[in-house]
Amino acid sequence: MTRNFKGLAPLLMATALALVAPMAPAQAQTPPNVLVVGQIAEPASLDPAVSTAANDFRIAVNMYDGLVRNKPGTLEIEPALATDWAISDDGLEYTFNLREGVKFQDGTPFNADAVKFNFDRMLKEDSPYADTGPFPLAFFFSSVENVDVVDDLTVKFTLNEPFAPFMSNLASPTGLIVSPAAVEKFGKDFGRNPVGTGPFKFEEWQSNSRVVVSRNEDYWDGPAPLEAVIFRPITDANTRVAEMLSGGIDVLLETPPDNLAQFRDDANYQVMEAVGPHVWYVMLNAKDGPFADKKVRQAVNYALNKESLVNDVLQGTADVSAGPIPPAFNWAYNEDVQPYPYDPEKAKELLAEAGAEGAKLTFLVTEGGSGMLDPVPMGTAIQADLAAVGLDVEIKTYEWNTFLSEVNPGLEGKGDMAEMAWMTSDPDTLPFLTLRTAAFPDEGGFNSSYYSNPEVDELLDKARVSTDHDERADLYKQVQKIVHDDAPWLFVANWKQNAVVTAQVGAFELQPDFSLNLRDVTKQ
Amino acid sequence: MTAYIGKRLLAAIPVIIGLSIIVFLVMKLIPGDPAQALLGSYATPENVERINRALGLDRSWPEQYVIWVGNLLHGDFGRSYILNRPVLDEVLERFSATLILAGAALLICSVLGILAGIVSAVRQFGWTDRIVTFFVLIGISMPAFFLGLVFILFFAVRWRLLPASGMYAVYGGGDLPDLVNHLILPAGTLAIVATGVVARLTRAAMLEVLRQDFIRTARAKGLKEGVVIYRHAFRAALVSVIPVIGIQAGFVLGGAVYIETVFQWPGLGQMLVKAVSTRDLLLVQGGVLVAATVYVLVNLLADVAQAMLDPRLKA
Repeated sequence: MTRNFKGLAPLLMATALALVAPMAPAQAQTPPNVLVVGQIAEPASLDPAVSTAANDFRIAVNMYDGLVRNKPGTLEIEPALATDWAISDDGLEYTFNLREGVKFQDGTPFNADAVKFNFDRMLKEDSPYADTGPFPLAFFFSSVENVDVVDDLTVKFTLNEPFAPFMSNLASPTGLIVSPAAVEKFGKDFGRNPVGTGPFKFEEWQSNSRVVVSRNEDYWDGPAPLEAVIFRPITDANTRVAEMLSGGIDVLLETPPDNLAQFRDDANYQVMEAVGPHVWYVMLNAKDGPFADKKVRQAVNYALNKESLVNDVLQGTADVSAGPIPPAFNWAYNEDVQPYPYDPEKAKELLAEAGAEGAKLTFLVTEGGSGMLDPVPMGTAIQADLAAVGLDVEIKTYEWNTFLSEVNPGLEGKGDMAEMAWMTSDPDTLPFLTLRTAAFPDEGGFNSSYYSNPEVDELLDKARVSTDHDERADLYKQVQKIVHDDAPWLFVANWKQNAVVTAQVGAFELQPDFSLNLRDVTKQ
Repeated sequence: MTAYIGKRLLAAIPVIIGLSIIVFLVMKLIPGDPAQALLGSYATPENVERINRALGLDRSWPEQYVIWVGNLLHGDFGRSYILNRPVLDEVLERFSATLILAGAALLICSVLGILAGIVSAVRQFGWTDRIVTFFVLIGISMPAFFLGLVFILFFAVRWRLLPASGMYAVYGGGDLPDLVNHLILPAGTLAIVATGVVARLTRAAMLEVLRQDFIRTARAKGLKEGVVIYRHAFRAALVSVIPVIGIQAGFVLGGAVYIETVFQWPGLGQMLVKAVSTRDLLLVQGGVLVAATVYVLVNLLADVAQAMLDPRLKA
């Protein structure tokens, strides 16, 4: 047999060339004054009333303003589209004076009618624009009975019950004001053709590739330094890191803990961290099983090496948490309440007193989910620490949505403990929905582990209706102290959000409300 | 042949109807619903009910299925709850991206796989055969998503020769060279396993054909070896290679799910993964339906091609 196949070589070469020939020169750096942000996912909608994801809000907060906003670096309220406001003594009427001369990016004026339009659209099921929803987070404003136009630049909200978190909710992304003319024009497609009053205006949205916004030259607070911002969705965390390293993006959000050190050691990058109103905890079933005894709940809090958990498992991307109210709410945070120390001996003593040595426990763990950090490694680390004090913990893992439908209706008959995390905009939200007796699952709340303390119920009810800032702060401080002692949860961590930006980026700051404020950011 | 194609097309209809029912039921049976995915931690029964009412999910399942199919027959795939855009727009956009990726991968695996298969068959147990078999084995054994990350590390991060992810450059670009530039790494990665499979099967098919009498006859006639291999042996071997490529088409479409995630390729697989986790019912149903229909068509195409090449199947 002759073996003469010279004909093959050119074919192989041609194939190889066809693959390599169009290769462009090395990728250029991103241009100056244009910021490229690596987002964690494609946005769902840029209509702030429709959207529910932090990922979408990072874009929206740069295109819209609300009546009020959080002062940069804090969770304290400052004026935005409203210049000042008055609250009636009974806490039922909020009257806002609106900023004069503000225009939406489509040229239509911002006024009291626009404010009324926005809230009617979200709250009134018979509004002609109700079909531009659904509006999942509209219940933030469910206490609003009516919005009345007093005059062109004055608007009055009437509530059906006093509701102290109202102002924080107005400052949340759900309270951002959209252009009524644009909603009328685009209808259901407004979320892809967003118009607001913010520092950047919408240019284009190429599905699954980019959202581009450009500077609003007429911005009421002065034009932003950046000419444009490009938001790129890159869902895989490793790919996001690779894009940062290869110069494809300027801002890397939600960096995996393992990669942070690499950027910290490199002068071409700046690593940003900020605390946020985030709480990561393990709820303990107070209705049946060993955790019905307060001593056992306290014992597990002593048994867990939280320092090691946040430093080794989470690689320093979180702080140890002391109670249900995170330190990001600095005005309502009780500095005197310190986290349970790591003390396995004390834990064993408490377990012996309660007669719960060697108890068998079932622990529900999620595989992922919003704000859940590294739920499986954290779950196994907790399991190991509890094993060290003689507790036999069995882990059951679930996909996130399955996990929620398992845990939300209550732990009774399913398990003794379950992971959970919340990000909120007001100190009221988390304890009100998860720690009150009236928030048991069968009452429509999220108290899935059945903690009940009448004293806490009373404090929370009072804090919710108080319009006195200092009185509210004091009430939350008391809640923190009592709940810390009752230990309805294994208090674990408060996440520090992180971002990596290139050395060319200036004035970049992460906000405690998890938004991405690019108003003052520069790029060389 | 027309009758054969017509028969096959008719047979595809119950497959697709059955599939639509299965997808619909599976999405209904897994725990969690779109309202819960939208509301996350805020999914109180009251809020869930409000959202379900707004989305029309408070109706009975049969009612929902009938409405969905009724709209489908009018060409209306519905609106994605999560993306707030028509399902068909999203699916077609995503699917064309997947077709580009899978098509390029299929082209690479067919050309390289067949060439490698022929070379190693003709030089059975020679050094070329050993080298080819060695790489083919590595290709088949290596998980594609891992290989993808290694490629990104070297070609994008270390050498900065190729972009790490995406389909087009975010500024400038948008033309064909830009697309090809972005396509090389994901398509190459996706093709590797399939190339190995095609190469091994081509080798086996060629080896079998080369042993047959008509090859000996061809050689005895004094035909050039190249003509014997390509005109006679390869053509006969192609009959068993084509269905393998058809199957690989399905494999490549399925494998695209990982590759799309690793390379941030805006394709259907990436969309479906996200749509399932957010319980975006209409989007999952629409996406699976389109993908399945295409899969059925591609297999039909492979069968037709085989029938045309193999005289025994013509009758």
